[in-house]
Amino acid sequence: MAIHAARGKLVSVIGDEDTCVGFLLGGIGETNRERKTNFLVVEKNTSVSEIEETFKNFVKRDDIDIILINQNIAEMIRHVIDNHTQPIPAVLEIPSKDHPYDPSKDSILRRAKGMFSADDLK
Amino acid sequence: MSGKERLAIFPSRGAQMLMKARLKGAQKGHSLLKKKADALQMRFRQILGKIIETKTLMGEVMKEAAFSLAEAKFTTGSGFNDNILQNVEKAKFKIRTKKDNVAGVTLPVFESYQDGGDTYEFTGLARGGQQFAKLKKNYHKAVVLLVELASLQTSFVTLDEVIKITNRRVNAIEHVIIPRIERTLAYIVSELDELEREEFYRLKKIQDKKRIARKKTEDAKAALQKSGVVLEQPTNLLDEQDKDLLF
Repeated sequence: MAIHAARGKLVSVIGDEDTCVGFLLGGIGETNRERKTNFLVVEKNTSVSEIEETFKNFVKRDDIDIILINQNIAEMIRHVIDNHTQPIPAVLEIPSKDHPYDPSKDSILRRAKGMFSADDLK
Repeated sequence: MSGKERLAIFPSRGAQMLMKARLKGAQKGHSLLKKKADALQMRFRQILGKIIETKTLMGEVMKEAAFSLAEAKFTTGSGFNDNILQNVEKAKFKIRTKKDNVAGVTLPVFESYQDGGDTYEFTGLARGGQQFAKLKKNYHKAVVLLVELASLQTSFVTLDEVIKITNRRVNAIEHVIIPRIERTLAYIVSELDELEREEFYRLKKIQDKKRIARKKTEDAKAALQKSGVVLEQPTNLLDEQDKDLLF
């Protein structure tokens, strides 16, 4: 882990199949020695607790600096994401193929609410 | 109400000087912190603007990337998802963390870099190679943008925290510490004045007593003289027999 940390951090993805495939082609995927991957494909039958568990594991891993998560999945585990207030790893909500991006749901932008009017976010 | 609140200190000149120095220090600290808060706030606004801009851009880039994925799927015909999901080895795309400094606050800045070769070099070799190249390029672009967004967001969170702390300190100094020191100073001044008045009164009183005593002895002397008693002769300069005189 320590050597990993010195060499460069990873980006991890929690998302539907297409999102994961896309980012893996972008070259972010990695399997570590324990055969653990840094992404999670969420399918129809993936339980919320499984997503939650994976997210918590990603937050705990010190070789991950950025967690990308589909917004519709982020909605499912919103309480966990809202509880994560540390700057690192950064949690980014991204739009998925069949769910357009809704700025009003974003944890970060909700915190920024009040400084900007709703028109700025569109 | 904290109107009576002040520091527990013995009122003396030394304590007054100490308090004055502390007041000056607090005022200096207040102005410095205020400046820091302003600098942070400025940066914060900048970052917020950039975040919103990048988020909007991200929507478009992601759309494009998703579209190119659909294109590739269409061209290759069969699904290649499993092939890609299973063949994950080493990450090509990694992030380095750098530090940026704003008014004494370190902000992490992510920087992406390429490491090692492409794992999916041969994907789409049979069919749809061009689409795959485009797909990879698009997603690479998306990741770069997302990394940028991540560093902005991290800065945002960090700055948010620091600004809150700084503002709390500014307010604490302005509304608690400085008034308390001022109250203490006022207390010391009033106590010192009180002491001074007491001292003055005491001196006056002593003068009075001395005057009365002097008067008494004079009166006694005058009475004796009046009754004819010569108390003491003034020394005569002429018949002076001073042995010590040398010349």
